[in-house]
Amino acid sequence: MTVILDRAPVPPATLLLREAHLLDPRAGLDGPGDVLVRAGQIVAIGEPGTLEAPADGEVVEAQKLHAFPAFVDPHVHLRTPGQEYKEDIETGTRAAAAGGFCAILAMPNTQPVVDNASIVQSLREIAETQARVPTGFTAAVTVGQKGEHLTEAADLAAAGAAGLTDDGLPIRSANVMRQALQYQRLAGLTIALHEEDPTLSAGGVMHEGDVSALLGVAGIPSVSESVMVARDCDLAAYEDGRIHIQHVSARATVEIIERAKAAGVKVTAEATPHHLLLSDEAVRTLDTGKKMNPPLRSEDDRQAIIDGVRSGALDTIATDHAPHARDEKEQPFEDAPLGVTGLETAFAAVHTDLVVPGVLDLGLVVQRMTAGGEPFGLHVPTLAGGRPADICLVDLDAEWQVGEAGYESRSANCAFHGRTLTGRVRMTVAAGAVAFRERTFAIGAVN
Amino acid sequence: MKRHLLSIDDLTREDIERILGRAESFAEVSGREIKKVPTLRGRTVINLFYEASTRTSSSFEIAAKRLSADLVTIKSAGSSVDKGESLKDTIQTLSAYDPAAIVFRSPAAGAAGLVARWTQASVINAGDGKREHPTQALLDLYTLRRHRRNLDGLKIWIVGDVLHSRVARSNILAFTRMGCRVTVCGPPTLIPRGVEALGCDVSATLDGSQDADVIYALRMQHERMTGSFVPSLREYAAQYQINARRLGAGQLLMHPGPVNRGVELSAEVIDSPQALITEQVQSGVVVRMAVLYELLAGAPTSTEAPIHPEPQPA
Repeated sequence: MTVILDRAPVPPATLLLREAHLLDPRAGLDGPGDVLVRAGQIVAIGEPGTLEAPADGEVVEAQKLHAFPAFVDPHVHLRTPGQEYKEDIETGTRAAAAGGFCAILAMPNTQPVVDNASIVQSLREIAETQARVPTGFTAAVTVGQKGEHLTEAADLAAAGAAGLTDDGLPIRSANVMRQALQYQRLAGLTIALHEEDPTLSAGGVMHEGDVSALLGVAGIPSVSESVMVARDCDLAAYEDGRIHIQHVSARATVEIIERAKAAGVKVTAEATPHHLLLSDEAVRTLDTGKKMNPPLRSEDDRQAIIDGVRSGALDTIATDHAPHARDEKEQPFEDAPLGVTGLETAFAAVHTDLVVPGVLDLGLVVQRMTAGGEPFGLHVPTLAGGRPADICLVDLDAEWQVGEAGYESRSANCAFHGRTLTGRVRMTVAAGAVAFRERTFAIGAVN
Repeated sequence: MKRHLLSIDDLTREDIERILGRAESFAEVSGREIKKVPTLRGRTVINLFYEASTRTSSSFEIAAKRLSADLVTIKSAGSSVDKGESLKDTIQTLSAYDPAAIVFRSPAAGAAGLVARWTQASVINAGDGKREHPTQALLDLYTLRRHRRNLDGLKIWIVGDVLHSRVARSNILAFTRMGCRVTVCGPPTLIPRGVEALGCDVSATLDGSQDADVIYALRMQHERMTGSFVPSLREYAAQYQINARRLGAGQLLMHPGPVNRGVELSAEVIDSPQALITEQVQSGVVVRMAVLYELLAGAPTSTEAPIHPEPQPA
């Protein structure tokens, strides 16, 4: 079954990217070149300066820019329906486009929960008028995310749900998890998992460690994640199911996933930019902008996440973009809601702290940031002829301060708010149409 | 010294010495028939308590009144907090009265620090969740110093529910800052993982406590006794209760109150001359006078200090 993503109708682009540095490890590209997009399709990739400008399109002088295949984020909270004061499909997908994403998957922990086909259908209809980039909607594994009864997964799949997840909550019962995996043989949707043993994490608001001991706030131990990942890898192996582990935060989890993959379990996993860049030291000031679940963990855990992304144990970088209103975050740490936004900063943050210092290779980061749809059966964007154009143009030298000009997102609870980052998305082409163009980015249009 | 007292970490050893010295001079005032000085005349102190408190709230009230401050005490029950007003809005409302100080207790860690960002008043943390209770630590140091002039190298055992205790955290920081050696002791279920990072040792049993100069027992809260933290009250008392047999002849005994008689302390030690528990309560007033004095006296009557820069929106 092919998952279909939805977005508002936009004219397909015809444009020439001239002399950009093309970087796409999957396509074997790493050097200057021209890309010609006609009617939304990449029709030619050539040596720099060799491709003819299209008579009916625009020319983007991209000499100082990098062109990557655009990114795919499998983990975004669009807050629709029910919490549109935090984000909606229009603002959330605008943020995605600004971050260089050409496709995203929305999480179903809305109000009401996306747990039946009619909600999926209505969300797809809204996306058809509002979404700036192709958007897929995941549905809940269990009705109301209560962890008790399975949702009508076959009906959901027929309605176009992109995957199943109770994200925000774990599936407490091992038996319900097992049944979901059995039912997957019928419905076919990948199950994405927020892993947390609620009896171990109960009451916790940050990573359990030296910092939580000092602050006197209840901790969420790293084992609360890893014991559930171990359980679900075993269940997936037993039922031959396909699972995707969301926002991996702990070293032990990375090690379990490595072992499961080596044993042939169909498991994929994601890491977030905030878990890659920050540790629980960032919570020392009880800044609610650093509160999320799973929490920022120890420096040792962070290093393991970086190693996991490098080795491929963690397949993709996902944002877990989780918008909250300002007044909700302006509360004492223990009372503030969980989550940070990240679509607009994901690439720049990883580039600044991990690529520039030489910790991760740029090409590898591009590979991981484009791979987010793969666990759900979406195609992986690549710079190749004959494909709909999914391209982001990035100025790797541009410095900018996060939030200096506000956000495309409706919310401002970015984990990197106020930081100076290096690397700025100038333009995003998603499924053949221009989805984002930075305001200051001069375009040399020919007509 | 900083404009607020949010954590013992805000204080240098010199700051602490100065506050304790000031408290001693206020003790002299407290011995007079008219126990009042005009230091804070015309200044307003707001006591804002979002959590039940008897001794901390009352001793701040008495301290402010003895310094001649105008005092308003607000408890969350019946206030606009109950009507759903956000903390920020409440603080901005109260700040419109131009208070010199807000004494704040909250069930949430870091709440006093947030208040400090939203007001021009000096903020005194009177307990923020399970995080800190700095004036309790100061009054404990003051009390202890009256019996042991030199705190350097003093061995102190803090016994009981460290996990849920803001007193424990502030006292570990305060005692170690003054050169004491602190060991925390209690059921392993009630000792926070990583507590060694505060600079203390950890012991699961009372073995070795005989060498301590001071035993500081913590209150065992009733709600902790019912969970799975301890199997039973009986077992807790059997393992950790400080009684006549366990309290050494030269050891001092402290407790932040209120005491559960027969649980963390036996009746005979509570009433023994080694127990400083009543004295701790007495010290509360003069130490809180000293803290108010430190933060407010000398500062301009209408604070011209800039509001702390707006925190990041987060």
